[in-house]
Amino acid sequence: MKNWKQELIKCVMAASMAVSLFGCKGEKGASGPQKVVISNSGSDTMVNLAQMWAEEYQKIKPEVSVEVAGGGSGVGIRDLIQGIVDIANCSRDLTDAEKEQAKRNTGKEPVEWIVGYDALAVYVHKSNPVESLTLEQLASVYAEGGPVDKWSQLNIDMKAAGGNDEIVRVSRQNSSGTYFYFREVVLGNKDYKPGSRDMSGSKDVVELVGKTIGAIGYSGMGYVTDAVKFVKLSAGEGKPAYEPSLENVAAGHYPLARSLLMYTDGQPQGAAKEYIEWILSPAGQEIVKKAGYIPVAASGK
Amino acid sequence: MCALRGPVCSFLTRLRRILRIVSERTIVSLIFLCGVSAVIFVFGIFFFVFREGAPFLRHGFDAKEFFLSPDWYPTSATNKRYGILAQLIGTGTVTLVAMLVAVPFSLGAGIFIAEFCGKKTREIMKILIELLAAIPSVVWGFIGLMVMNPLIIWLTGAPIGLNVLNAGVIVGLMSVPIIVTIAEDAIRAVPDTYIEAAEALGATRWQLVRKVILPAAKSGLLAAVLLGVGRAVGETMAVLMCTGHSINIPFDGKAPFFHVLDSVRTLTATIAAEMGEAPRLEVNADGTFPAEALHYQSLFVIGIVLFAVTFVINVTADLIVKGIRKRK
Repeated sequence: MKNWKQELIKCVMAASMAVSLFGCKGEKGASGPQKVVISNSGSDTMVNLAQMWAEEYQKIKPEVSVEVAGGGSGVGIRDLIQGIVDIANCSRDLTDAEKEQAKRNTGKEPVEWIVGYDALAVYVHKSNPVESLTLEQLASVYAEGGPVDKWSQLNIDMKAAGGNDEIVRVSRQNSSGTYFYFREVVLGNKDYKPGSRDMSGSKDVVELVGKTIGAIGYSGMGYVTDAVKFVKLSAGEGKPAYEPSLENVAAGHYPLARSLLMYTDGQPQGAAKEYIEWILSPAGQEIVKKAGYIPVAASGK
Repeated sequence: MCALRGPVCSFLTRLRRILRIVSERTIVSLIFLCGVSAVIFVFGIFFFVFREGAPFLRHGFDAKEFFLSPDWYPTSATNKRYGILAQLIGTGTVTLVAMLVAVPFSLGAGIFIAEFCGKKTREIMKILIELLAAIPSVVWGFIGLMVMNPLIIWLTGAPIGLNVLNAGVIVGLMSVPIIVTIAEDAIRAVPDTYIEAAEALGATRWQLVRKVILPAAKSGLLAAVLLGVGRAVGETMAVLMCTGHSINIPFDGKAPFFHVLDSVRTLTATIAAEMGEAPRLEVNADGTFPAEALHYQSLFVIGIVLFAVTFVINVTADLIVKGIRKRK
């Protein structure tokens, strides 16, 4: 009785193996003309936008498939240097050392494409009474040696909001493009104060700020949720403060506007070239707006 | 057995014997290969980690700065610094809190399962505890993020619930299964004669546990705890999500000196968060490395440190366990 059962199991296993083998073959034979794949990786700020582009492009050109991976600007740059990606997304400029490495590894000079603009937003919890901050105030909160650790030092009373007076600084991991941009523009390339909570994604920053009453964080303006609010920023004491918005960036008022970049190894060819041209066309730029960012044409830059 | 008679039968028998010998040998050598491959992998990983970290050890490494400075700025624009003191203390404090949570629970559970419950209860308990080990660490991290975080803020009024306490409790629960399993083995290894003798002398259960079982199973229990420590030190995903991932030393001069509600960062989480983006840059023509290359290499040196720590813990636990086996 037992033997009979074992035999049956063996038969079923053999049969299923055979079916799966033949099944694979069948699929291969049925696939039509070769599909063109464009690989695209990098910036976490841009990953949602890149995904939307890829999906829309699929509808227009079904024979081209764009594979989008996030991970951060550093990942995109690393892939670009190794020449294993067609297009790298980046929320910061390549450094000279990186350009040099890419050139040496792939034999081609990286080419930069500005595909949109982002206003780097400063987020706080929605019940935080703070309305606006100057860039100096931000620097004194975030920079190494900066004196501000408590909301009361910024004349903000957190007791009313039911929170703790300590400022919970939310930052990014130290290889993120957003981390580099904020350090360059707000901190004047000084280092960050130790003790910030360093999140690994743009979305994680906004989520943590949304759950922590005394928190402050910076992230792309496209990641705004109902649990957080923007802080208006002014370039200096006594100057008007502006909210991150399409109009304010277009007019050149908002102090933390940065370009969203794509890099290719040398001038792109074939499908990648067509894809970037489409991204820069009105149809591609419409999606930038939809993702919560600012199209190239609308910017005052 | 043989349905046929004569030469056909003897031929078949011989064929079968040859086949058996051949298949036996193939299988033996295959199994040998599998056994050896584990050793090869260990040495391969060892070699790889050292090779990647070596340039940093040769060029940028300053042991005093590396182990005694809390400044971790591998991507600084002006002043790159590689100090892992804060991460070392982060790993240490999370492990300490984890063991404070896990050890009493696990030893209690181990004693109960090994000595005081019926056979049926024991089987059910063991299955359930092993189920605990099957929960992926990212799910534990999620529990820390979604359940523990608001709970800690609500209970303690701390500004943020992602801290040593949160990660310690989560990692503690994660190391419970491993400690229970080994502790139970150690307790069951206590000879029945000891227990019977104690019972014959009229010892209560508490006396039996305290005076007979615990002393007799001492080294096995120590090994169990050490393996739990190894688990806690090596845990990555859950601590990345629960500690707040912040370069911070949770000690200061004010009472109570150790602030369990401070965010910290561990060695493992640092590697996990930064390795993906640290560029692996090639050596320059003149034999030096670009300054950006040290970040990737220093992460591998952190890997070496972790490797050394867990290696020492595991070997110690192993030696202790071996000691028990010999004595029996």
